[in-house]
Amino acid sequence: MSQASTAGAVILARIREALRVPAPPPQMRSHATEQAAAAGPGGLTILPADVARPWLPDGGDTPEERVAILTENLRRLKAEVHRAADLAAAADLVATFAADRGWRRVAWHGHETVEPLAIRLGCDTYRVDDRQFDKDALEACDAGITACEAAVAQTGSILVSSGSCGGRALSILPHVHVVILPAVAVAGTLADALDLVRARHASRLPSMLSFITGPSRTGDIERILVLGAHGPRELIVVLVG
Amino acid sequence: MTRAAADTDPKTVFEAEEPHLAKRKFLHDAAEHVRDTAHRAFVRKALGGYYTSRDTQQARYRDWEQARDAASLAKWSAVNRLDELLPRFVGNFEANGGRVHWARNADEARTIILGLLRQARARAVIKSKCMTSEEIHLNAAMERDGYGVVESDLGEFIQQLRGEPPYHFVFPCMHVRRDEISDLFGRHLGTPPTDSPEELTMIARRHMRRLYVDADVGITGANFLVAETGQISITENEGNARLTAALPRVHIALAGIEKVVANLDDLAVLLPMLATAGAGQPLTCYNTLYAGPRQAGECDGPEEMHLVLLDNRRTEILADPEQRDSLHCIRCGACLNVCPIFKNVGGFTYGTTYQGPIGSVITPHLRGLADWNHLSGASSLCGACTDACPVRIDIHHHLLHNRRNAARSSPSRLERLGHRLFALVASRPWLFAAGGMVVRRTLWLAKKLPPPLLRAWLATRDLPRPPARSFRSQWRSRP
Ligand code: SF4
Repeated sequence: MSQASTAGAVILARIREALRVPAPPPQMRSHATEQAAAAGPGGLTILPADVARPWLPDGGDTPEERVAILTENLRRLKAEVHRAADLAAAADLVATFAADRGWRRVAWHGHETVEPLAIRLGCDTYRVDDRQFDKDALEACDAGITACEAAVAQTGSILVSSGSCGGRALSILPHVHVVILPAVAVAGTLADALDLVRARHASRLPSMLSFITGPSRTGDIERILVLGAHGPRELIVVLVG
Repeated sequence: MTRAAADTDPKTVFEAEEPHLAKRKFLHDAAEHVRDTAHRAFVRKALGGYYTSRDTQQARYRDWEQARDAASLAKWSAVNRLDELLPRFVGNFEANGGRVHWARNADEARTIILGLLRQARARAVIKSKCMTSEEIHLNAAMERDGYGVVESDLGEFIQQLRGEPPYHFVFPCMHVRRDEISDLFGRHLGTPPTDSPEELTMIARRHMRRLYVDADVGITGANFLVAETGQISITENEGNARLTAALPRVHIALAGIEKVVANLDDLAVLLPMLATAGAGQPLTCYNTLYAGPRQAGECDGPEEMHLVLLDNRRTEILADPEQRDSLHCIRCGACLNVCPIFKNVGGFTYGTTYQGPIGSVITPHLRGLADWNHLSGASSLCGACTDACPVRIDIHHHLLHNRRNAARSSPSRLERLGHRLFALVASRPWLFAAGGMVVRRTLWLAKKLPPPLLRAWLATRDLPRPPARSFRSQWRSRP
């Protein structure tokens, strides 16, 4: 046996040995949680996520509520939210951003919600997924446009994946991230969005799934909020439909 | 940028090399720190914003207290099934194309990572914040082997330039003023002075962008390991971890074995709780799940992904059912932010990788009770930490447990004598009364001629004026 597999075997043996004495469940406030834990760590009668569902922040019950909560959360997080009736209107909107904000080069990826916008931009474009990916070329872009897998009203998050949203770097390297979000893709809670991930990708997970919650930020200097630490300084969500 | 360029001696050297001096260092630094009122005021002010945003965000929970139940349930059921979940996680992680490496201790973890760097022919390494790497002193080892390594998290970058370990494991440079950062950047990066946090952040941003593009290897930590799917979950605000895991050819992640959770559903509870308790956010800016290296059909991402799983005496905590729940910790930092001791003695005084209440609980396990038991006394036992903990770890009771364990394993003769004496007096009412009378009459002497045992204690404290009559005599003559 190699050193590596020995170390693994030793650690697992230590774990098994350590767990021979059970630990009682932590002190809990609610009866529901206590009952869930009664059958031991392996036999939870309700999932923690289901216990938590009524106690976590609200995600909305109807599609309208979800969109309203999402919009409010995104604004609070200092993201921009714009609404467009359809993809054509979204394309006009994004073309005006490009012109008004002086974007010289915009990166994008081939996706049915992104392509119609990219081809109508008045500026130079760089498509990341139809050639050898070039980090320098992407770094030089002012903005990146991506599709998304879903949005989460509860937390104000956008879910992107490496599989369907142009890889890993497109949504993080350019200074501005434009997301095209079909209104139907707005989920209520994080649990709902994770369910969706499971249903959609059960057979093969994309190598990266990322919940983006507002523009990149830091509080490292005197705990003062600054946007645009390393990721995009601006997050623009275009809600379509 | 290497440690050689750092301004001051790294303070971690102390803890690594002279553990038996840890207590003396603590007492010395604590005494020094409490006198530095300007510094304490600065740290308090920096935390002021945290309290406001945490309270605001907690109020958006329909019931924060019950949500804490669910979070603790999730961690309890995972840690107590580690024997089942860890192998499941490893199987799924490797099925996704990643490789797992096991490390029993810090030394093995460093050797594995250095080996991976050699294998990748790394020239430039970029790192995103990873406390586990501080625990194993990875940077110093990499530098000894000639690898340049840059910390990309802004706070960690500032600390790296300063040659200091993190002050707080979530807010690494919360003790540094902006003018100090401006000077630091001026010296190392040649940038003009500024007092704007925004401009300072942009300086680091500009400096770092090239480094992400040029690095061959990216090193990250992991906040959760999802057994169900074999994904690792990384929580961050700046986007530096995203970039670190996107651009270099090789991604190495390092995590403690206790980070496993059962399934994706558990993240739906733990991720918001972590963000709210730690920084008053609904969710941190980027919560990313990685399942192996770049796949066929994806346009970018690393060619290889490695995960180093570290024990480093975590299994010893696991073997103690009483304190096993200290492995539930999700490193949100909330217990530090509310701790009166942390706020008064500061992060460096602890001399540990994990500061504050939770650090005081686990360090004696990770590095030896004999040298680190003094941390169990670094608490007023007010319980603010336990109240703040999103996963309901019984932090302040564990400090008591550690005190008890230390007393059992190496009883102090003096303390034992003291307790015997007390028992002797307290169980004999006449002796107790007589003793009380003597003390009431002679207490004024203690300040004038402090007995050697009390000298240090009395140096900074006033004694109360003793009452004229004992409690018992007052009780007897009550109307
Ligand atoms: S012990 Fe609790 S409060 Fe402290 S860092 Fe860990 S999870 Fe947070």
